[in-house]
Amino acid sequence: MSGDDAATGAEPGAVNLNHPGVEPAIVRLDSVTHEYGGAGRRVVALQDLDLAVGRGELLCLLGASGCGKSTMLNLIAGLEDPTRGAVTRPESGAALMFQDSALFPWLDVTTNVELALRLRGVPRRERQQEARRLLALVRLEDAAKRRVHELSGGMRQRAALARALAQNTEVLLMDEPFAALDAITRDLLHLELLDLWRELGRTIVFVTHNVREAVALGQRVLLLSSRPGRVIGEWHTADVEGHGAQAAGIAADITAALRRELERHA
Amino acid sequence: MPETTTISRAEDGLDRLEQTSGDRPRIGRAGLRILAAPLPAIGAVAVMVGVWQLVFSLELQPPSVLPSPAEVAETAVDLARDGSLVEALWVSGSRAVVGFALSVFVGTLLGLALARVRLLRAALGPLVTALLAMPAVAWVPAAIIAFGFTDAAIYSVVLVGAVPSVANGLVAGVDTIPPLLHRAGQVLGARGWTMVRHVLLPAALPGYIAGVRQAWAFAWRSLMAAELIASSPQLGVGVGQLLQQGRTLFDMPRVIVAMGLVLLIGLVVELGVFGPLERRVLRLRGMALR
Repeated sequence: MSGDDAATGAEPGAVNLNHPGVEPAIVRLDSVTHEYGGAGRRVVALQDLDLAVGRGELLCLLGASGCGKSTMLNLIAGLEDPTRGAVTRPESGAALMFQDSALFPWLDVTTNVELALRLRGVPRRERQQEARRLLALVRLEDAAKRRVHELSGGMRQRAALARALAQNTEVLLMDEPFAALDAITRDLLHLELLDLWRELGRTIVFVTHNVREAVALGQRVLLLSSRPGRVIGEWHTADVEGHGAQAAGIAADITAALRRELERHA
Repeated sequence: MPETTTISRAEDGLDRLEQTSGDRPRIGRAGLRILAAPLPAIGAVAVMVGVWQLVFSLELQPPSVLPSPAEVAETAVDLARDGSLVEALWVSGSRAVVGFALSVFVGTLLGLALARVRLLRAALGPLVTALLAMPAVAWVPAAIIAFGFTDAAIYSVVLVGAVPSVANGLVAGVDTIPPLLHRAGQVLGARGWTMVRHVLLPAALPGYIAGVRQAWAFAWRSLMAAELIASSPQLGVGVGQLLQQGRTLFDMPRVIVAMGLVLLIGLVVELGVFGPLERRVLRLRGMALR
């Protein structure tokens, strides 16, 4: 039950996965190494990382703590530049969502979205209508005038999603966006995100700690090693939707690979 | 399609269930609360007057040292009739408003500079905090020597008294902004001034308002200290000078009336302006207890 043709798991370090990914790539990391801290307290977050994200793909990045997932997203979003190597970013930039909605508490739902439009340079008279359209997309029309603290966790993440979509970037980066939500809400948001992804055709890079979440959402799942972070496994999961047994098999496979990677640090 | 409909309906149901009762307080209730806010303070004043009357009746002190509440009230009425109360209120009130506004302006610029420029913060930060701990009255002699008996002397004392509070409040407000909000602003493309305007300032608002509120108290105290010492015919008769007159005339009722006025103005501005303002800002962000 290992899903032979769908998955290409790997022993840690045994395989050099050169540019796993789908062409044409919209995001590329070429032998990227990224280090933090000065001399003496140097931390290598990423080492010789190769990664390609296909246009329109929903890619899940999976890894334990210290695998440099957040660093990777920062590099792709252009918030940081790599110590060595090259990062190819989409021309329109990349929107980034966090585990916390990071909505501005002094604004209501609508004005949060409108601020993103404003910072993108959308003229004033178009903002209102566009914000309404985006909120309808995540079905928050009824909460349009609410403040952040008046929303449930799931509604906050939907509002944050609307704000990210307002940036109108081809690529949407999501850093464990549903990790703090309860299971019922998370399941619903998975389905909603998949719907939106199909409808909008954006490229999504979704980082998670959760193997089941990765398999349920991703077309492709990449497993990252920790300290330093590099790709050590790749699974194609696009066809498993609705095939519970196959999905469970891949999830078991990934979990086993993840455990092997963790044992390496014991 | 039926699948999608089910998901959205399920989600709508969940939204409804998880909704914290987000009903905004109605205007009527908020208005009532503002009206009710000073009631406990008024009660405390009434009790104090009662104790005062009691002590007076026991004749522990001669009436020249401890006049009765009635005598003080009489003096207040007299001062109100001859216009000196209104004049004092006008002179001190206008100075307080102008000095406070100036302080907020200067303090905001200073605070922004301190919050944004690391070197400036290292150089001036401790100095500003030290100023905060220094009683403004200590500046009065220097101000009089520098500016003479002019409004400039008085305003300079008010400024050194109040500017550090505003600046420190803003710095504290900026320092306590969650880094994530800053990062969110960056992701949205806010840079430089747009970051300050759309993220830093609004995020720092609670700390800033706390600083401004404290600055009002400091401005008022500094003004009273300055007026009390810088008593001169050129300067008109403010509340502080009224107090000084009372001392010179050995007129206890007049002194008590002036002191009451000092207290009253501080109280009215605190309860009428800054209290509600701070509560409103915090409540809108879900940060208020009430």
